[in-house]
Amino acid sequence: MRKNYNLEKRKYVISGFIIVIALIYLIRLFDLQIQDSRYKASADSNAFLKKTIYPSRGLIYDRNDQLVVYNQPAYDVMLIPRDVQPFDTVDFCRTLNITPEQLVKRFADMRDKRLNPGYSAYTPQRLIAQLSSQDYGRLQEKLYRFPGFFIQKRILRQYNRPTAANVLGNIREVSSKDIENDDYYTLGDYTGDLGVEKSYERYLRGQKGVEILIRDARGRIQGRYEDGAHDIEPVSGRDLRLSLDIKLQEYAESLMVGKRGAVVAIEPATGEILCLASSPGYDPRLLVGRERGNNYKRLLDDESWPLFDRAIMASYPPGSTFKPTQGLIFLQEGIIDLNTPYPCHGGYINGGLRVGCHPHAAPLPLKPALQTSCNAFFCWGFKAMIDRRSKYGSSAAAFEIWKNHLVSMGYGYKLGVDLPGENRGFIPNAKFYDKYYKEGRWSANTIISVSIGQGEILATPLQIANLCATIANRGWFVTPHAVKQIQDTVMPAEYLERRRPTIDLKWFEHVAEGMRMAVTGGTCRRAALPDIEVAGKTGTAQNPHGNDHSAFMGFAPYRDPQIAVAVYVENGGWGATYGVPIGSLVIEKYLKGTIAPDRKPMEEQMLNSRIYYAKPKK
Amino acid sequence: MRNRRSETSSILRNVDWPTIIIYVLLVVCGVFSIYAASYDFDEASLFSIDEFSGKQIRWIGLAFAIGFIILLIDARMYETYAYPIYIAVIILLIVTPFIAHGIKGSRSWISFGSMSLQPAEFAKFATALALAKLFSGYQFVLNARFSNYVAAITIIILPVILILAQNETGSALTFMALFFVLYREGMSGLILFSAMLAVIIFVVAIKFTETAVLGIPTGEFAILLMIMAIMTGMSVMYSRRTEIGRNLLIGFASVGLILWILTGPCGLEVPALAIILSSIAIACIYIIVESVRRRRSKMLIACGAALFSIAFMFSVNFAFNQLQPHQQQRIKVVLGIEEDLRGAGYNVNQSKIAIGSGGFFGKGYLNGTQTKLKYVPEQHTDFIFCTIGEEKGFVGALVVIGLYIALILRVIAIAERQPKTFGRVYAYCVASYFIFHFCINIGMVIGLCPVIGIPLPFLSYGGSSLWGFTILLFILLKFDQNRRTELR
Repeated sequence: MRKNYNLEKRKYVISGFIIVIALIYLIRLFDLQIQDSRYKASADSNAFLKKTIYPSRGLIYDRNDQLVVYNQPAYDVMLIPRDVQPFDTVDFCRTLNITPEQLVKRFADMRDKRLNPGYSAYTPQRLIAQLSSQDYGRLQEKLYRFPGFFIQKRILRQYNRPTAANVLGNIREVSSKDIENDDYYTLGDYTGDLGVEKSYERYLRGQKGVEILIRDARGRIQGRYEDGAHDIEPVSGRDLRLSLDIKLQEYAESLMVGKRGAVVAIEPATGEILCLASSPGYDPRLLVGRERGNNYKRLLDDESWPLFDRAIMASYPPGSTFKPTQGLIFLQEGIIDLNTPYPCHGGYINGGLRVGCHPHAAPLPLKPALQTSCNAFFCWGFKAMIDRRSKYGSSAAAFEIWKNHLVSMGYGYKLGVDLPGENRGFIPNAKFYDKYYKEGRWSANTIISVSIGQGEILATPLQIANLCATIANRGWFVTPHAVKQIQDTVMPAEYLERRRPTIDLKWFEHVAEGMRMAVTGGTCRRAALPDIEVAGKTGTAQNPHGNDHSAFMGFAPYRDPQIAVAVYVENGGWGATYGVPIGSLVIEKYLKGTIAPDRKPMEEQMLNSRIYYAKPKK
Repeated sequence: MRNRRSETSSILRNVDWPTIIIYVLLVVCGVFSIYAASYDFDEASLFSIDEFSGKQIRWIGLAFAIGFIILLIDARMYETYAYPIYIAVIILLIVTPFIAHGIKGSRSWISFGSMSLQPAEFAKFATALALAKLFSGYQFVLNARFSNYVAAITIIILPVILILAQNETGSALTFMALFFVLYREGMSGLILFSAMLAVIIFVVAIKFTETAVLGIPTGEFAILLMIMAIMTGMSVMYSRRTEIGRNLLIGFASVGLILWILTGPCGLEVPALAIILSSIAIACIYIIVESVRRRRSKMLIACGAALFSIAFMFSVNFAFNQLQPHQQQRIKVVLGIEEDLRGAGYNVNQSKIAIGSGGFFGKGYLNGTQTKLKYVPEQHTDFIFCTIGEEKGFVGALVVIGLYIALILRVIAIAERQPKTFGRVYAYCVASYFIFHFCINIGMVIGLCPVIGIPLPFLSYGGSSLWGFTILLFILLKFDQNRRTELR
């Protein structure tokens, strides 16, 4: 093999390259280790203390710029175990109002690697969390007597009003899983839990800063390293402006006292949630500070589930509030026209099946059917659609089309509200019944109750309110959201865009008119207000848990809707018993600011009535 | 019994002992450093299986076994199965992100029970084998055909792309070192030089924009000085006349002197950038005239280099300023220029303090405080050199750097004594990997290179890296051992 000697010389270039690099590195090391005195000055086992400076978390305002959530300082007692020297424990305990036993236990817990996996004798460890400001003041004075100890300022949340805990959420200490998933967090950090605190965590938290302090061999702080030249300033979190009207929220919650359920109000034109009350609620202040753990456990154990946000997490049978969707689908599919009458002989009687109804004039077309909430009308319409094989081929095919219309109106899937834990409700598809009844073995009559919002159909109060907003807008909606503005940031596009159901716009006006008639001379006459045109629809939903659920959805003013509201009261009986009064009071409060004198007794009644709920069987 | 012993001794016969001694020294040094880096005054034991050092000892034992097995296998096997090994590793790299469990954004680790392996480390020797196989083809001359370059670069780039997909930028960059091999095998030195120049200009132009000299950003000023030096050097190299260099130097120096006098003592505002650029332009004209006069067209390369460098510098700045601020930030963080939010810059500063506080003889073994206090991140892996610098001082650092230089030079020497192209190319691949890891890792720790997380071979904690480098080195030793039988 012939060697190319010209190329072989290149070994000198490569060797030369690495030798030159090595020389440069040695010169640099010589400079760092021997020449530069800056580093030598700290050679006597001096070290730096890297102190995290926590940014202030973004504040939360309501839609009228009322401050709702703000920050309050808290103080953690920290120590670096290696630097702690024997100290006067009695004095220490007296200063902090703790017993020596408690102190010993705290030290043991801190060293326990199961409780505190990040323990190291050389890094800051937390001994006691969240001192009161009095304790803080006393300790600060005496701190020089306790070498190795220092105080770390932390940010806690505080709330102006005892309301909207389900929307606001709270903050908690990060878990080891949070730390693994997100580089931002280290042990002892706080993160949003539930509500907007969780869903807008990225905006609220800001950026942590670092302060570098010099300490001597005994751990005493000597000052800032190079006058803070290497410090990193914290960046405050961004403020949020909620779409919530906090006073309306408070009012809705007070109307729901003693009842279980939810009230959701939406501004139809924007999809902004005006109130999202879940009952029973709880005071958000319970989940702040040292008592958080105990209170949280108590709320978790409460059998009325206060932590469960019924407005978005509970799925209920929508009952008759579902009927407008049926009218819309039948019109869109050409099953009925505006004058098609269906009979009602005290209910829907067909093929050995009977769905009861209450007395009213019959036969009747769509609008009066909505006005009187006639069960038979919608059962007939549903049968006409699902069993129309000439048009759809099979009941299953017709049912899929029926289902797709509902999905386009926001049912059966999560709407995408900006709060964690939203439930999707339930709209069955044809496959569901194929499996349940065997393929081809079911038809309209088998599943007739879905046409009146019973049976398998489930919806969240938010979905019901969203349907109401869609009708108020006469054919479109914006994904409901609880945050109106993020400081220095544009809202995500999904909360600005209109979503259009697969129903032609022209049909909505007629359904709205039916709902208006229900208020002027139908099932929800109690919702009528003196000088505001209200439209509404009651719902009375049978359920396996006892008395019927009472539901209502309505919007006002009829011509220029400002608010669409849905009320759901568990086991409240008729829709007109609780749903209608509460819904109309919320509408009145929002639009007028006060309740008319002749409606005061109704308000009193709602504020004071209680529903008795049996203890759940274990 | 006798038979067996003679077999063992025949396995170790003709092995290059200097390399093995350096290898063992580095590995042992690694265990002690890892122990020191994770040492806790309260509770510790060198061999404890819970400690990093204990685990490293276990991995070293396995590494020795792997090395021994490699020496047992016939050297021709590696040559025969070079491509299948390469393809198998490539497939493994493709599969890895899907079966890996993510560790902070990186999907490069495959778990076997309690143990995790990083396939990227094993791509090193596979790629080296494939490259060596390509070059050892019948009458293969790199410069003969353009397609030869395409094939070589494909072999190098494939693992790079796959490792980048696993979010392991550092490991992926390692393969760039293989361009040294292409250079040794005939690629024009100008390409290597231009690539390095481009990287330097890119980093310097972006990095030093905060301060200014004579109204020119410090980075650009430094690059302009560098361009002058390169022009001078190149024109001398290609003309083989020192007087041209002397004339250029005198010209540049006088321009510099005039600028200094005008701005310093006289305190005038002068368009310094324009003056420097025009002086470079005049120098170009001078070189062109000389090249025509002396009929040395190669001298024009000096002009070309200068013009391209200046154009590149300005286009880097222009392109960079077109980017959105957050994109600029991103590039700066990747280059280790700007301190990222987790504070990579802060870490390097800590590492410099740790090394700097070591002094000449160091603080003594296990007496380091900076590394003990866990201010230096990754101190047992990527920043292991820190511990040596702090506890063993300049002397310790010198010894470790000396060991690496000895290892690299020894590998180059082994490369050049290979009778076959396959062995030589493979050996140069090994040398290139060591050069890259050595330069980047130590450069990063002492604050001269961007922070690119790659381990220091044999010293850093970690089984995958140790085994990867051991396989790399021992396959080379096997070829070297066999070279005499090949000659026979």
